[in-house]
Amino acid sequence: MTLTAPDASALHPDGDDVAELQARFDAIIEADQRIEPRDWMPEAYRKTLIRQISQHAHSEIIGMQPEGNWISRAPSLKRKAILMAKVQDEAGHGLYLYSAAQTLGISRDEMTEQLITSRARYSSIFNYPTPTWADMGAIGWLVDGAAICNQVPLCRASYGPYGRAMVRICKEESFHQRQGFEILLELSQGTPEQHEMAQDAVNRWYWPSLMMFGPPDDESPNSAQSMAWKIKRFSNDELRQRFVGMLVPQAEVLGLTLPDPNLRWNEETGQWDMSEIDWTEFHEVLAGRGPANAQRIQHRRDAHEQGAWVREAAAAYAEKQAARERQAA
Amino acid sequence: MNAQLNDAELAESAKATEAAPATTRRDAASIAALHDAEAADVHVSVDDVDLAAELTGADASTTASPDVAEYAMRLGDDALILSQRLGWWISRAPELEEDMALANIALDLLGHARSLLHYAGTATGRSEDDLAYWRDEHEFRCAWLFEQPNGDFAHTIARGLIAAIYMQELYTALSASTDASLAAIAAKSVKEVAYHRDHAVQWTLRLAGGTEESRARMLVALTDTWPYIDELFRDDELHERLGDVAPLPSSLRAGFDEVWSAVLAEAEIAERDYVNPKVGHSSGGGRFGNHSTHLGPILAEMQVLARRHPGATW
Repeated sequence: MTLTAPDASALHPDGDDVAELQARFDAIIEADQRIEPRDWMPEAYRKTLIRQISQHAHSEIIGMQPEGNWISRAPSLKRKAILMAKVQDEAGHGLYLYSAAQTLGISRDEMTEQLITSRARYSSIFNYPTPTWADMGAIGWLVDGAAICNQVPLCRASYGPYGRAMVRICKEESFHQRQGFEILLELSQGTPEQHEMAQDAVNRWYWPSLMMFGPPDDESPNSAQSMAWKIKRFSNDELRQRFVGMLVPQAEVLGLTLPDPNLRWNEETGQWDMSEIDWTEFHEVLAGRGPANAQRIQHRRDAHEQGAWVREAAAAYAEKQAARERQAA
Repeated sequence: MNAQLNDAELAESAKATEAAPATTRRDAASIAALHDAEAADVHVSVDDVDLAAELTGADASTTASPDVAEYAMRLGDDALILSQRLGWWISRAPELEEDMALANIALDLLGHARSLLHYAGTATGRSEDDLAYWRDEHEFRCAWLFEQPNGDFAHTIARGLIAAIYMQELYTALSASTDASLAAIAAKSVKEVAYHRDHAVQWTLRLAGGTEESRARMLVALTDTWPYIDELFRDDELHERLGDVAPLPSSLRAGFDEVWSAVLAEAEIAERDYVNPKVGHSSGGGRFGNHSTHLGPILAEMQVLARRHPGATW
């Protein structure tokens, strides 16, 4: 069932209609059902979703780079195959998400343009460099692990196309996390040099991965509305706690140390006590002063600009073919 | 409206977060259990199970004879080096769909390479990684075509077109090999190579029939790549010795030419448009370890980490 057709009058209805539409929208959210592209939705809901989904898509696309860096040098053919498949999955995730965002009335060209002109954000985690092979393990275990904690609840996001895209993505992310864990396990139990490589990577990625959950709840500007709209289901701090709880036993299996001397389970609060997160660094990286920010965008822009003649050729060819078919008909 | 999230899907995705190992024992059994958990997890796109399956063609306990091993190494090196080249495109392709397509082709080729090198290694007790990472340039057996740089997208397509037409002819014939392992690998590979060929053909048509610029680039790419065709079809003593195990390369030429001509005809490209009579066929001696200048740097990059840690496992 569709409430309204997606024509101009549906998008800009009269005041009375808006009240009614808003009430139905609220009822759908309240009943934990899905909003679909052709349903009426408040403009702010649409904008929030476009912002979140496109940022997520950009993150997948930019996220191909730090790992793509090691495809050519992967130390075994099996690892090379897994890494290539993983980076390919990321391109696929980007595609699903761009498609989901397109259902909200923004084009892929617009989103690409926003990305390569630095007007769009993406997860700042990808602005860290990947100097060693162990970073492939740490990214899988910590970064993809954090992403899963963030994303599994999004499978139930109130906007249908987003939730469904997230279901597919989460399935693949769980594989990504396991392959990261496996890389680290192999390194940790390998030569002393390999073990050290693994520990060094965990030291570098641990805190940035905790920052992926965003600022503490009392400083998170967009969270409350997103939770009310059931786009977001758990608070930043709740998810961060859940993630740390998952890491602790796994680090033990790995034989690696999480770089926080104050990390311990607090029976009284039922929470993990941990050191203060250095948010100055987070804000620096978020503001684009991360080590690789400019480089990541440049890489994307280069690919886009150098591929322009190919896309033009494909479009011109398709047009000629269509013209030929029309003539033949 | 209001499509409910499929409960089974949701449960599965929720399970995904818990699938990572929760055991705290570091013994072999727990690691084995970890692998079992992975094996049971069928919803994953590419996992160990799939990767192992790619090796089944060569996984029988059969040992390749020295001649068969040499032959498998030639084919394996072709696939490995082309895969290594294509891997560069991932995150650099003209559009996202091409990032995925080129990655897909690179992955298929890597799968073929692993099966072939694994089988080749059985003759001398070496693993696929021993062969990929611990041989020097003169020990590689790839033809020059596969070593050629990516160039612009047109060069990658021209190289891919030649490679895929050749491989399709080769694997089709090799599927009838009297060597069961080679036949199995070829039978699996030929299906994937058919897709690679289709991809290259489509792009050849688009670039040749697209804009003035794309046509000019496609012609330059064909001119630059054409000299490497001949090497693929040269017979030598190894083929004579192999008999029914492998087709003579020269016997594949007619099939190649037929497809090649048909594609170029459809793209409205005549031989004089890309064949430079002043440039002959490459002297390409890849099958005997004499390589173009490009192979050294490719290997240096591919092997650097593995060689930094002799004896390590990954």
